[in-house]
Amino acid sequence: MGYVAVQGGITAIENSEKLNRYLRSRGDSAPLSVLQIIEQMGLLVDKVMGEGGLYSAFHAALAIKQASGDPLEAAFLLRAYRSTLRRLADSLPVRTAEMRIHRRISAAFKTIPGGQVLGSTSDYEQRILDFSLAKESEDARREAVRAFESGLVDNEETLHPEHFRPVIDMLRSQGLADKAPAASTEELTDITQESPAFPMERSGRLQMLARAETGGVLALAYSSMRGYGMVHPTVAELRVGAVRVQMPHPWRKGAVVTLGSIALTEVEIVASPEKSEGDEKPVFPMGYGCCFGHNEVKAISAAVLDRAMRAAAPHAPAEDAEFVLMHTDGVESSGFCSHFKLPHYVTFQADLARLRSMRGTDE
Amino acid sequence: MGDTAASPAPAPDAVILAVENLEKRYGPGCESCLALTGPDHSTNVCPRCGSVTALRLISFDLREGEILGVVGESGSGKSTLVQCIYFDLDATGGRMRFDGQNDAADVTRLPRIEKRRLRGRLMGMVYQNPMRGLRLDITSGANVAEKLLEAEVFHFSRIRGRAQSLLDRTEIPASYIDWPPRTLSGGMQQRIQIAKALANNPPLLLLDEVTSGLDVSVQARVLDLIRELQREMGISMIVVSHDMGVIRLLADRTLVMKNGGIVEQGLTDQILEDPQHPYTQLLVHSTL
Amino acid sequence: MTPADLLPASGPRRFNFAFLNEGAKREVRRALLKAVALPGHQVPFASPELPIARGWGTGGLQVTMSLIGPADVLKIIDQGCDGSVNAVNLRKLLVATTGVRTTSDSREATILQSRHRLPEIPLAAHQLAVLQVPLPEPLRLVEPSEVETRRMHSEADYARMWVSLYEDVVQNGAISLAAGYPCRVHGTYIMSPSPLPRWDLPLLDGAEHLTLLGAGREKRVYAVPPYTSVKPLEFEDLPFTVEDFGSAVCARCGSSGTFLDELYDEKTGAAFRVCSDSGFCDLVRAGVVPPKRKTAPAGRLAHG
Repeated sequence: MGYVAVQGGITAIENSEKLNRYLRSRGDSAPLSVLQIIEQMGLLVDKVMGEGGLYSAFHAALAIKQASGDPLEAAFLLRAYRSTLRRLADSLPVRTAEMRIHRRISAAFKTIPGGQVLGSTSDYEQRILDFSLAKESEDARREAVRAFESGLVDNEETLHPEHFRPVIDMLRSQGLADKAPAASTEELTDITQESPAFPMERSGRLQMLARAETGGVLALAYSSMRGYGMVHPTVAELRVGAVRVQMPHPWRKGAVVTLGSIALTEVEIVASPEKSEGDEKPVFPMGYGCCFGHNEVKAISAAVLDRAMRAAAPHAPAEDAEFVLMHTDGVESSGFCSHFKLPHYVTFQADLARLRSMRGTDE
Repeated sequence: MGDTAASPAPAPDAVILAVENLEKRYGPGCESCLALTGPDHSTNVCPRCGSVTALRLISFDLREGEILGVVGESGSGKSTLVQCIYFDLDATGGRMRFDGQNDAADVTRLPRIEKRRLRGRLMGMVYQNPMRGLRLDITSGANVAEKLLEAEVFHFSRIRGRAQSLLDRTEIPASYIDWPPRTLSGGMQQRIQIAKALANNPPLLLLDEVTSGLDVSVQARVLDLIRELQREMGISMIVVSHDMGVIRLLADRTLVMKNGGIVEQGLTDQILEDPQHPYTQLLVHSTL
Repeated sequence: MTPADLLPASGPRRFNFAFLNEGAKREVRRALLKAVALPGHQVPFASPELPIARGWGTGGLQVTMSLIGPADVLKIIDQGCDGSVNAVNLRKLLVATTGVRTTSDSREATILQSRHRLPEIPLAAHQLAVLQVPLPEPLRLVEPSEVETRRMHSEADYARMWVSLYEDVVQNGAISLAAGYPCRVHGTYIMSPSPLPRWDLPLLDGAEHLTLLGAGREKRVYAVPPYTSVKPLEFEDLPFTVEDFGSAVCARCGSSGTFLDELYDEKTGAAFRVCSDSGFCDLVRAGVVPPKRKTAPAGRLAHG
C-alpha cells in the first residue's frame, strides 16, 4: 500500500537540512568567513540589515552565509533573530543634519552649501566585467589598499557636518517646501509592536518603507515615476554617512550617552507643486526615504512612495498606502508565496468534489 | 407585484417624512454664515470664514402618497437635499422624522449602522447617473437582489422571483436579468435603478434628475412609468429637477430652492400660475 | 578587527518556555480574550516574526505558544495528518521549547493545532482547537481593501458578500465555494473558518470546545467560544451541503463516513481513498474505535 508512513516526514526534513549544508560546504574553496562578507560584500550586508530591520553587520553577514546568499532568506533570519532580543531602551532621534558625510549629492542645484560630494558610487562606472577580480591575490589587495591610503589628504574642516546645510532647510527657509513636521515622538506608531492599521499615520508608513524589500519598493515607485500616479521627483538631497546613536544618560540628568554610530542613506525629494488651498501659497511637496546602510535605490523609491501615498484619493497602486505597505514586506510576501508549496490537498479535494458535482460526474 | 412584507400602510395624509432645519455646511463655519449667505445674498459662500452653506434651514413635511417636486438651478442645493435625506452625505445640522418613528432624530448623531437600516427599510433612490445607483459589474438581477439581501431576504427563489417581477414591471426584457447593466442603454439603466429602488417596497422614493441626459422620447417613457408606479403603489416621492416640465408633470407640491434655501413652496399649479417670489417668477417665465 | 571581535559577548542562547517571551504571550492572550468576548470578530495583534516563515502557521503557533503549559498534551496535524511535513516541523519547534508530551490520538490531546482540518472524533469541552489561518478576511472575496472590509464588518454591511453568492447560484446552479466557506457566528460577524472543508463546519456549530483561529502574517486572531452557533451562509431554499464521496471507502480502515483523501499509487498509478484524519484511521486499524459508516446526517442532504 502506498500510504505515507507517519514518521517519513521528519526524516525527509532532516535529510533536506543535511543536503543544504552539504551543497554549501562541498568544493575546494576555503570556508567563507563572516568577516569576508562584511568587508567585501558590504552593500549586500547593508541591504539585509535594512530589510531585516536590525542594525548589526555581524548578524546580517552570518545570515547571508547561512542563507547561501539569498537576501530574502537572510532578512528573514535576521528578523526572526530580532524577535528574540530584549528591547532595552529607545534612543534619542538621530540627527541626520549632523551626519558625517560619505556621499552627498543634489540634483536640484548645481552647487549647494558644502558642495556635492560624490563619494563611493558605481553610478558613473562603466559596467564592464573586471576579470582581474577573478585572480585577486592577497598581496595585490594589500598593496592597492596601502597605495590608496598613502594618497589621502586630511580634509577635516570641509567635511565637518556643520558644513553641509541640508538643501531642504534652504528651501524651507524660503517658504518653498512643505513645512517640517512637529518634532515630537509621543504619538508615533511602532510597527514592530502593533499590527498595521489604515489609514496609517506618516511615521508608521515611513517605518514600513524603511524595512521593506528593495525590489518591491522599487517596482511600485517605478510605476509612479512612469505615469501611474505622477510623481516627478527631483532629488533635493541624497546623503549617505554615519550618524551617532545616543540615549539619555541613565542617571546623570541632562547628559547623553553615545552608543556608537550607524550608516544611513537618507533621501529628500521634492515633487511638482500642486494647487494650493485657500490663502496658502503653493510649495514643493516633499517625500522622505531613509534606510539602514548604503542603499540608494531603496531610499529614493521610498521617498517617491512617501509622496505618492499622500495623494488625497488614490488613482494608482503607488498612491494607495494600504496597497503599497501591505505588499512590500519581503519577509511576509516571500513567506506567503512559499506557503503555496505546502500540502493543500484537503482544500483541493474539496474543490474537486465541488467541480465534479457541478459537472454532474461521479466521484 | 410585491411579495415581500410591507410595513402597515400609514393613515392617509400621514406625514411620511418631517424635515426640520436641515443644514449642510462645508468648512469650519462661523456665527455669520447663516446671516451672510442664502437666497437674499445670492451666495452660498460666507465672506467671513469661506465656508460653503449648501443647505440652510430646510424644513418641510412630506405626506403619504404625495409627490414633492424640488426645483432650482445648479448650486441651489436640491441634489444635496436628497443626498442628505438618503444619508449619502452627512448633514451638519437639523432633524428628520420618518414615518413610524416617535421623535425626530438629530441626524448629526445617528450612528452609521442606524442610517443604513433606515435607508434600507424606508427609502429608495434613483440617481441621474446610473453608475451611482447601480453596480455595473454585476447582473441587473443581482442589483435588485442586493437591496433584498440588505433587508435579509435570504431565499434564492423569492429573490429571483421578485427581481423578475420588478424588472418586468419596469418594462425590461426578461433575459436582461442576467446581463450586467453596463451592456444596456441609458434608459434601460434608469429602469433597472427604479426596479432596484422599489425592491423592498419603501414608503419613500427619491429621484434625482433621473431623466436629465436621456433622449426626449426615452424621458417621456420613464416619466410615464414613474407616474404609473406612483398611482399603483401610492408611494411617496421627492422628485428633484431643474426642468419645470418634469415638475409640472409629476409633482403635487413643489419647493423652489436657491443658494441652499427654500424661497417658495406650495401646490405646483399655483406656483406655476402665480409665482410669488421674484426668483420663482424668473424660473417660470424662463421656461420654454 | 578579527573575527573573534565580532562575536557577541553572551554565550549560547536559551529560549523561554514555548519560545515566545512572556510579554509577547500576554499580548496574544489579551487579544484572545477580546476575541472570545466577540465571537467571530478579528482582533489585531503584533505578531512578531518567528523562526517559521510567514504563511506557514505562525499565527496558530503563537496562539499555542501563549497558552501551552508543561502538563499539556499536544497534537499537531496538517491536512489531517500528524506526519505531514509542516506538522512535523511545527511539532519539532514546540517540543524543543516546551518538552510537552505529544500524541496522534485526538482523544488524548489537550491542545490540537491544525492546518485545514478538524478530527473525525469531535473534541470535548476540556480540549482546545487552534486553527492556522492564511486569509482571515472572508469579505476579501468581494473587496480587496482592509479599510473597507473593516467598515463592512462594523456596519454589518454584508450585502455584497451575499450578492456574490446569488451570482454564484445564477451562474453555477449552486454556491460553488469549497473550502473556507464563510459562516455567520453567533448571528453577528461573518467569519472565515480557515480553509476547513465543508465537511468540518457542522463540527464547529455549537461545539463543546473553544476554537481559536490565528493568522500570523495578517496579524489577526479570532475565536468561536463553546456552544456558539456557526452557520454557513446559505439561501433558505438551497441548504448547505457537505462533500460526498459516493461509495468510496478508506483502503486502510474501511470507513465510509470520514473525509477521504484521493491518492494515486506511486507504482501502479491506480487511484484509492484513505481517511484524511490519519490518527483516527490508526485507531480503527488498531481496533480501538469502530470505523465510521456513511449516513445522511440529520437535517442535511449528504449530496455533494
